[in-house]
Amino acid sequence: MRHSCSITVGPARFRIGSDWRAPVDQLRALYQDYPQDEGVPDFTVRLQATSSIRRLIKPQVAIAGDFTLPDAAPLPLEQGLLAAEMAMNLQMALGWRRHLLLHASAVSRNGRAVIMTGVSGAGKSTLSALLGERGWRFLGDEFVLLDPDTGMIAPFPRPVSLKNTAIAAMEREVDDESRFGPVMHDTPKGTIRHLRPRTEAVELMTRETRPALLLFPRFGYPRAVRRVDEAESFVRLTQASTNYVALGERGFDALTGFVRAMSACAIDYADGEEGVEMVERLWSEQGGKVGERAAAA
Amino acid sequence: MTDGWSVARALTDPGSVAGLDATGWTHLLSAARALSLIGTLAEALADSPVPPGVARVLADVRQSNVTGQRQALWEAKCASMALTGYPGRVVLLKGTAFVAAGYDAALGRSIGDLDILVEHAGLDQVEALLLKAGWEWVKPDPYDDAYYRQWMHELPPLIHAERDRMIDVHHTILPLTAKPKPDAAALIAAARVLPSGLYVLSPADIICHAAAHLIADGDMSGGMRNLWDIDRLVRQFVVEEPGFSDTLAERAKLHGLTDAVGRALRLTQRLFGTPIVFRLKPQSRVVTAQSGHGLRLSPENEKQVTASDALFLRRITAVDGWGRKTRKLTRQAFYMRSHLLRMPPAMLARHLWTKWRKGHRG
Repeated sequence: MRHSCSITVGPARFRIGSDWRAPVDQLRALYQDYPQDEGVPDFTVRLQATSSIRRLIKPQVAIAGDFTLPDAAPLPLEQGLLAAEMAMNLQMALGWRRHLLLHASAVSRNGRAVIMTGVSGAGKSTLSALLGERGWRFLGDEFVLLDPDTGMIAPFPRPVSLKNTAIAAMEREVDDESRFGPVMHDTPKGTIRHLRPRTEAVELMTRETRPALLLFPRFGYPRAVRRVDEAESFVRLTQASTNYVALGERGFDALTGFVRAMSACAIDYADGEEGVEMVERLWSEQGGKVGERAAAA
Repeated sequence: MTDGWSVARALTDPGSVAGLDATGWTHLLSAARALSLIGTLAEALADSPVPPGVARVLADVRQSNVTGQRQALWEAKCASMALTGYPGRVVLLKGTAFVAAGYDAALGRSIGDLDILVEHAGLDQVEALLLKAGWEWVKPDPYDDAYYRQWMHELPPLIHAERDRMIDVHHTILPLTAKPKPDAAALIAAARVLPSGLYVLSPADIICHAAAHLIADGDMSGGMRNLWDIDRLVRQFVVEEPGFSDTLAERAKLHGLTDAVGRALRLTQRLFGTPIVFRLKPQSRVVTAQSGHGLRLSPENEKQVTASDALFLRRITAVDGWGRKTRKLTRQAFYMRSHLLRMPPAMLARHLWTKWRKGHRG
């Protein structure tokens, strides 16, 4: 293709080709801390014009690659970076087999991880970004990769995809402007801006951690905490996994082991500050201890 | 430059990948994926030394192969259970049939929909039983529905509401508008029963179906995978089925598919070195792999056939190292050809007019 780059995130290497220069330049800048060496990739992503005319006039980016969805709508070129991110997510969701994939965010402390899962808009992404600025290691805001053989979590610390009000919240939190990507207005998900994780999170991205606490956060509700039992966690996580069925028995074993290894809570919180405080409190009450028990076992 | 030929080479001669650098591997894997042959390639290279990054990708693919084939067999089982009350034969077609029968062609074969063949008189009952068991219509458009029922060789596709898998219920192997008229009753009568109680087509009929699907129906988009199926099946049947060559010629003639089968076998021979087992025209002598000769044709015929075969090969190998479709004009020509084969021009015009008015594309 005319323009291309290679990006490695955690255990996955992507090759991204584009009919235009701009999305590739934006990717290179956003991923400047990540390895960009060209080896054989796990996935190929293509950002291609919907037709030859659309390369130049009102350019439209079609999302293509090794794995595609037949009804994926094209995006205008100004949202080319978003198209690339969506395409990379799609490759992972449909093609990755080395781990059980959970649609979740995660942070860790002392080698033990808090996993936060919920539907889009539940706040898991912003919460992980906030914690990542406040002494936790950021492991990812989109996918948690669970190794079926060891039960460990492989970090997948892609840039955080901040949406709408979360953008201003994180702009207040992070004073390094160079860590932010371009602001993209009027996307299918509203306004979006990417935030590159702290350099340490990227440098440590090949180091696995042990899961210790599972949370089901819900943003914008009055404060509440509820214990979630293994069965409910299991069922909710099968729905949050994109490759649970594809992994067959390995997926079942990985997931049952995962929900048994730690305690789980559903937390409702009104705003980010309250969310951070509740995660800290639950962590000191159970996360650390449970993690130690799991590590000992 | 990478195109489909590099995939064909890697499949037929796994040793040929030894000299590939990272770029060569990257292009090969992307092209194979775009041609739906990555699963086959992964199996072909299972015992070859490959770089670590490639090995990881291929290991993932092999794991997906296992899952895909397990799901395909389960889907066949579900259909079989739904059709317990149907007294006629239920014949598996294409990928699911290869897996169920344990043919070599199943190795690494990707499988999408479940395709079955039943006799035309049983269609209503089969449809009713499937609907009762949880399948539902994919295309609610009345024109499409009516078109399928009047002119196609299959019911409009059904999808299972819970498992999200499609089933195509065929009553013959080519659209009713196509020129060749395969003998559907003969296909079902000659089908072979499996231990599960489901059937697969007889070996010669499997080749006829694959050739019909490729040459006389489609626009070649899955062309190379179809030809690879034929290559694997022919190599196996030549060894295991006594008199296969003659039976194939007879069955092809019976179904009006002599030209299609001849073409398919010439193309597999060019791409994969498939042994030649088939006489092209009744007058010409049988040419076997042992004789070492090409196909016997008059020089003039030979020129025409060679030229059009080259065009088919150009279409079939039209992919690049990014997995993009290339050779747009050739592809469009074959797309138009596929429609012309299915419909006489006046009917095609009416069909396209209806589609355009509804704002469909193509």
